[in-house]
Amino acid sequence: MSLVFDVALAAGLVALALHVVLTRDGKGAIIAFIGFGLLLGIGWARLASVDVALTEAAIGGGLTGMLLLRTQAHLAGRGVRPAQTGHPSWRLAAAGCTIVTLGLGYVVLAFPSPAPSLAREVAGSLDATGLGNPVTAVLLAFRAIDTLLEKIVIILALIGVWSLASDPNWGGSSHLRPASVPEPLVFLARMLPPFGVVIAVYQVWVGADLPGGTFQAGTILAAMWLLVMLAGLRPAPETRAAGLRMMLAAGPALFLLIGFLGFLIAGGFLAYPEAVAKPLIVAIEVALTLSVAATLGLLVAGPPDKEPAR
Amino acid sequence: MISLADSFTLAFVAAGALLFLAGTLGLLRFPDTLSRLHALSKADNLGLGLIVIGLLPQTQTIAGGVKLVCIWLLAQLSAATASQLIAGIAARRQPDA
Repeated sequence: MSLVFDVALAAGLVALALHVVLTRDGKGAIIAFIGFGLLLGIGWARLASVDVALTEAAIGGGLTGMLLLRTQAHLAGRGVRPAQTGHPSWRLAAAGCTIVTLGLGYVVLAFPSPAPSLAREVAGSLDATGLGNPVTAVLLAFRAIDTLLEKIVIILALIGVWSLASDPNWGGSSHLRPASVPEPLVFLARMLPPFGVVIAVYQVWVGADLPGGTFQAGTILAAMWLLVMLAGLRPAPETRAAGLRMMLAAGPALFLLIGFLGFLIAGGFLAYPEAVAKPLIVAIEVALTLSVAATLGLLVAGPPDKEPAR
Repeated sequence: MISLADSFTLAFVAAGALLFLAGTLGLLRFPDTLSRLHALSKADNLGLGLIVIGLLPQTQTIAGGVKLVCIWLLAQLSAATASQLIAGIAARRQPDA
């Protein structure tokens, strides 16, 4: 019975992916892409990777979808026509995707059986970190350097977005509130954020032992913040504000600081002494969550388009 | 022989799934935006509610059951807001609809 479900899920994913690529309707493609992200999340949950499922639904479906929708609205407002399917760059992208897909398929099928895995070592060393969730242990202890660079990359992306602002608007805020805010949206923006904040705090805390973690919690917080800004309850912050910039940098900065402290107290970069491994990891996660939330929210808000107040 | 709890779950989840099916059918076949929204929100609210009630006897802990009910309430809130927003746009485009 579950095989029927899995086959239907896989068929739905392929059909949606084809629809996203082949449809001429830009907004329709983006909405299908959001649906694809949610369906892919269910797929990851079926593979018992709940951490990946949560991240895929939050980032792949929700946040990327919102970024794309805003970009589409921006382009439509300027009257930019989408590239036609006969364009050579379209063929190039199609050929590139096909080669990558075939290569990945070959690599996966060529795995020896049983596939090489470090899962046993991770499970064996889990006690040393004080964590119960092996995914969090890999992300913040065994492969912490990857996570650190990943968080720095999204801040670089934000700097890239900001640098699109015109000179007088540098350091200003983005204009998010639409001309008229529908009443139900204001109601949702008043009702939902308290629940969202509780769920985000729960996600960070539970991430140490169960599926959850910084990216998922950060995305939820960013979504709540965007809801409040879109409903016009609070204005978007000025991007030159010192407090905001501190918050953006605090997560990676604390991560780096504890990383270098590792040389003194544990004998290596990003090494934690076993006794305080869990408190250190949770502290890094909390700071990272706030940074991720601020970064993702500002990424969606886009380049500043209002001059900073004098 | 299936237990009472299991047959309760089967009955309620099946009823919920039937409502989702009917809602999807309505979404595809109804003639105008407002009736399609009606079909969609019926499936969201009542269908999901029935599935949640059906799953309650299967939860191991009380906290698990409360989380299920919370999911239903949050889905209600978002479905109601989304329906209102879409209906508002539809009404602005077609004042007599």
